[in-house]
Amino acid sequence: MSTPTGAGRLDLPGTPVFDGDTSRRGFRMNKLFMSLRDAAARERFLADEAAYCREFGLTAEQEKAVLARDWQAMIDLGGSIFYVYKLAMMDGRSMQYLGGVFTGMGEDDFLAAMRAGGRRDG
Amino acid sequence: MAEVIWGLATSHVPSIGAAMDRGKTDDPAWKALFDGYAPARAWLAEHRPDVAVLVYNDHANGIDLDFVPTFGLGTAERYEVADEGFGRRPVPDVLGHPEFSFHLVESLVDEGFDLTVFQELAVDHGFTVPMSVWTPDPGDAWPCPVIPLLVNVIQYPQPTAARCYALGQALGRAIRSFPGDLTVGVLGTGGMSHQLAGTRAGFINPDFDAMWMEAVEKDPARLAALSREELIRQAGSEGIELIMWLVMRGAMDEQVTRVHSDYFVPASNTAAGIALFDNRTPTG
Ligand SMILES: [Fe+2]
Repeated sequence: MSTPTGAGRLDLPGTPVFDGDTSRRGFRMNKLFMSLRDAAARERFLADEAAYCREFGLTAEQEKAVLARDWQAMIDLGGSIFYVYKLAMMDGRSMQYLGGVFTGMGEDDFLAAMRAGGRRDG
Repeated sequence: MAEVIWGLATSHVPSIGAAMDRGKTDDPAWKALFDGYAPARAWLAEHRPDVAVLVYNDHANGIDLDFVPTFGLGTAERYEVADEGFGRRPVPDVLGHPEFSFHLVESLVDEGFDLTVFQELAVDHGFTVPMSVWTPDPGDAWPCPVIPLLVNVIQYPQPTAARCYALGQALGRAIRSFPGDLTVGVLGTGGMSHQLAGTRAGFINPDFDAMWMEAVEKDPARLAALSREELIRQAGSEGIELIMWLVMRGAMDEQVTRVHSDYFVPASNTAAGIALFDNRTPTG
């Protein structure tokens, strides 16, 4: 069974849960990701990524993660996968690429595992 | 009185829409999925309702994290198709049915489901992909007006499976209490098992999906009893979307007739399922 903390966090191995604490931590960064749906915003972001991060009020750690495209760190720092994916799409990265990063398998092996029926627990 | 004539459950993975938009439905990676849709599509083309209710979740396109309504219902005359960052899908905007929407809101609020009301809402792939699963070639317009019913499945705590099922049952009563004669289709979307982030990304659970597929028809109360934690453990962190199938199922009769179902892995990182149920009383 899980041990609920203040926000009722679930504790499932290898499974980030986007709960209240996480959402609060990632709020500014997720807003930045959402803004990237707009072409003009993407252009502004690409022209000066650090300035764009500061404009949205990201923490120094979050800014570093965004600039370095450290996808795991973005999740750890409060990113929701659906929001983080907006940045990945802008970079031409697929969900399979991200799966390769999160699992440490690399995109090709991850894709092969999916085609073989997906990954299992244990 | 209005009557629910069918219920359609389907995954809403963006790449399913992309495969259609880019003419890739005959590619080896996709053909089996789309072949599996064909019998449902043929039946649905013969059974066009007057209006439909589509249960889905937004993915950072129509709504932000500023407001996270646990349940919401659209009351607009028209719902624009969202641009998710790579251009809007080449599908028609969605016409709504405000009169029917307001009836549903009133009836549901009276039953204790205090839904958020959307007078304006851009609908994303969570909505348009199921529309395309239903109607692959809509031309200039979808087959009928469609009302979006939003469920928060992205941010913990999602509503419980039991609450989704109860909402569906209240939705069924709301539909049946509409004073006009309307036939209604209900769509429940999302799932099946999948997980996008974490070291467990790529998780698929065919046994759980098979159990779900069977029980959603015959024993939905069993599914409604599953806890949030159990759903995430068994279906993956994004597989919890399956709770939206229970809203659809709740709106239908206890006994339904399965018209068609199919299961396919993978649609991107997801197990894709489709299940179509006829809700009319069998004759003969
Ligand atoms: Fe979804």
